[in-house]
Amino acid sequence: MKFAIQVNEGPYQHQASDTAFQFAKAAIENGHEIMRVFFYHDGVNNASSFTLPPQDDRHVVNNWASLDIKDADGNPELVVCVAAALRRGMLDESEATKNSIEGNNLHPAFRISGLGQLIEAGIQSDRLVVFGD
Amino acid sequence: MAITKKFMYLNRRSSFGTVYAIESLEVVLIAAAFEQDVSLAFIDDGVYQIVEGQNTDGIGMKNFSKTFHALGDYDINKLYISKESLEERGLSESDIMPLVYEDEDDDWAEKSSIKVVSNDELKAIMSEQDVCLSF
Repeated sequence: MKFAIQVNEGPYQHQASDTAFQFAKAAIENGHEIMRVFFYHDGVNNASSFTLPPQDDRHVVNNWASLDIKDADGNPELVVCVAAALRRGMLDESEATKNSIEGNNLHPAFRISGLGQLIEAGIQSDRLVVFGD
Repeated sequence: MAITKKFMYLNRRSSFGTVYAIESLEVVLIAAAFEQDVSLAFIDDGVYQIVEGQNTDGIGMKNFSKTFHALGDYDINKLYISKESLEERGLSESDIMPLVYEDEDDDWAEKSSIKVVSNDELKAIMSEQDVCLSF
């Protein structure tokens, strides 16, 4: 089955991202496809390359990156909503440059795009599964 | 061929206090460009989102409730409100914003987009959806 996933909560504060990750991992291991994971609301914080949990804790951001979810052309399909990301201080290099801000924090396994990607995922997948409160 | 699916946006939280309501409306407006069969449902505190006469002057937040009036222009005209959720909060249909659309199949007659339904009816409507986005 072709799944799309939406993650609506940030890491560590809330378990939604962990549960979504475990779901995605299990789906892939069982031969299903995760065509896209879309991060919205505080979920955009799951993409921060500045995330540094203590050694004995799971690394939520690296967990997502380890799934290596990409399209046929090798572009990341871990997609962060641009409007939600920018208002929460989550920037890739291009957005940082465009807005004259020093530094950027989008992990390279993710990409920033628009909400249209969420709707497209809903249309193209067999199931869209939402994780959050 | 373009695929048309039934999309429902399920609004469960009040306008302010958390970001879910306004970011849900942002999805709905973007999604309008995809020409899907869209409906919105308002349950629990979500019914507060479409109460008439909201005023945010004192809290420094954007009053986005006026944006709901634009939905009719985007062919989004199925707004289901939980009757039970209204009653639990001492509200009735007369407290809800008069949201309307123009029906192109009926000589552009102005019609209400608001449909107050019981939770049982809403359950049946939800079970017909292809995609249900919950906010």
